[in-house]
Amino acid sequence: MSGIIELEGVRKTYRSGSIEFEALRGIDTTIAEGEYVAVIGPSGSGKSTLMNILGCLDTPSEGRYLLAGEDVSQMGEAQLAEVRNRRIGFVFQQFNLLAMLPAWRNVELPLVYAGVPRAERRERAVAALGRVGLADRIDNRPGELSGGQQQRVAVARALVTEPAMILADEPTGNLDSQSTTDVLALLDELHAAGRTIVLITHEHEVAARASRNLVIRDGAITSDEPVGALA
Amino acid sequence: MNWFETFRAGAEAVRAHRLRSVLTMLGIVIGISSVILTVGLGQGAQDQVRQQISALGSNLLIVSPGSSTDSSGLRGGFGSASTLTLQDATAIGDDSVVPDAARVAPTTSTSTALAAGETNWTSSVVGTTTSWLDVRARDLSAGRFFTEAEVEQAADVVVLGPDTASELFERGSPVGQTVTVDSTPMTVIGVLESSGASSSGTSEDDQAVVPISTAKRLTGTATSSVSTIYVEAASADALTAAYQEINALLLTLHGVGADEADFSISTQDSLVETANSTNETLTVLLGGIAAISLLVGGIGVMNIMLVSVTERVREIGLRKALGATPRVIRRQFLVEASLLGFTGGLVGVLVGVVGAQVLPGLIDQPVSISLVATLGAIGTALALGIGFGVYPASRAARLTPIDALRSE
Ligand SMILES: Nc1ncnc2c1ncn2[C@@H]1O[C@H](COP(=O)(O)OP(=O)(O)O)[C@@H](O)[C@H]1O
Ligand SMILES: [Mg+2]
Repeated sequence: MSGIIELEGVRKTYRSGSIEFEALRGIDTTIAEGEYVAVIGPSGSGKSTLMNILGCLDTPSEGRYLLAGEDVSQMGEAQLAEVRNRRIGFVFQQFNLLAMLPAWRNVELPLVYAGVPRAERRERAVAALGRVGLADRIDNRPGELSGGQQQRVAVARALVTEPAMILADEPTGNLDSQSTTDVLALLDELHAAGRTIVLITHEHEVAARASRNLVIRDGAITSDEPVGALA
Repeated sequence: MNWFETFRAGAEAVRAHRLRSVLTMLGIVIGISSVILTVGLGQGAQDQVRQQISALGSNLLIVSPGSSTDSSGLRGGFGSASTLTLQDATAIGDDSVVPDAARVAPTTSTSTALAAGETNWTSSVVGTTTSWLDVRARDLSAGRFFTEAEVEQAADVVVLGPDTASELFERGSPVGQTVTVDSTPMTVIGVLESSGASSSGTSEDDQAVVPISTAKRLTGTATSSVSTIYVEAASADALTAAYQEINALLLTLHGVGADEADFSISTQDSLVETANSTNETLTVLLGGIAAISLLVGGIGVMNIMLVSVTERVREIGLRKALGATPRVIRRQFLVEASLLGFTGGLVGVLVGVVGAQVLPGLIDQPVSISLVATLGAIGTALALGIGFGVYPASRAARLTPIDALRSE
């Protein structure tokens, strides 16, 4: 079976000076299109490292990563940038919005790099902000929004290019319970609309929303179960 | 991402850090404006000299006596000897000997006290012939110049320079009044128009012109020596020929060889050249200092861009994560740096141009701004921005998105 994501023996070794640290020790898995996968594990287990590789922000030290059938390790920087732009929407724990730009300008950024004309960009950015319930906040800068609202802006930015896959690294890590519920509801909606979602978390309640849970510990998958099988 | 988008992003970043951008541009502004002003000052001084020299007349050759050596062996420099005579002037005026000379005006000059009623003023009294007015391209604002007859009779008539006239006669026309020159009363018959050599302090507007015969009588010199012979060539093309003819004639008349010539002939061009060569040295020196300050300004741009890259590592990482290629990032930083350079250059030109209007009033020196220098300055500022932006830009472009995003 072929999925949108195929990992074969992926290892990642960090080197700082003479010290080597193997953060991923051979990951083999396949994620099919439209799946909603939660990656759980304790802090330092290698979740972010895995997500960076999935998001083409970093490359494996060993092993193969096929994204939609294409071997990512063979791509140059410019090509990787294009893959990130076209296929992937990112949601980060720290929101990563540009403070000097109003909400809609933050949301349109991926469209800028995709070469979408200006008028269309604004239209699509405003529509995306509408989908996350921030139609009345399009001109506010991040500093004028609550944490939950900022993360919704980030979700709008992730979905504005209509990417096949959304990668979220602890998106609710910095949010209160109400905002957490809002953001998770948005991810549910995106899943229902057919997007592939990989969500990283260390909270079991959050992971319970997904259709499949990947548990990693010390850089290796220790459990891969459909939700419900976990106690 | 097209150039327009890149430009907009750059402009936004410059605006977002307003104070820092302004401080960065300050270096460029100071550099560019000082380059413009120093070059303008040099240019202004040269223009002034050219103007003064061209106000002497047109197609002019100036024959001066050579140097004299006194009994102790001290050599006096050009003009110290009295080797030129009225006979020389007459010979130069002979069309069959010097066909390329149109007019000749021998002059003598002494500094003498003039008096009119209660007022007195010391000025140079110039003795010359009737052709002086034409040779020196001067006009009269009142009255007339003296005639051949008056030169022959050594008449007691005088034509005053405009400054001399206003010093001696506060009000009313001087024409017809009496001026005492060395206790000889003389009638003022005319007043010269200003020579147009703009700056003050030139003797052109402060002199009393009398017939050369009268001047000889006043000073009591029996010799026929003259201090300068002004010769107007028939045309600009005839200058060289006239120069050679006069040179040959005077060598023959004085019975000397070319290497022991007791006179010198200069043209307006050679005067301009001599005057400018000193000016140029100064301009180059000052311009060099200004250029160094411009370089320092450029390094300032690089410094700020490097700080900006470091400070915005996260932003760069995010932009890369969202699909910005290294090339787009590099361009963005280059545009930012060149915007700083270009805007700084523009403001610098503005400051320079305003300074060029204000400065002459403060230091009594003309400043001329050339379009070429101005455009060159803006171009230089832009080039500085781009040049010093390349390194920070390529550093930004090389950051890997993940390292950039992870940084706090
Ligand atoms: N750039 C790096 N250099 C060295 N070690 C790193 C680097 N990034 C992560 N690590 C180490 O790799 C391990 C996994 O990190 P990470 O993937 O961030 O874990 P998680 O997201 O599950 O908390 C940790 O022990 C961390 O210290
Ligand atoms: Mg993590």
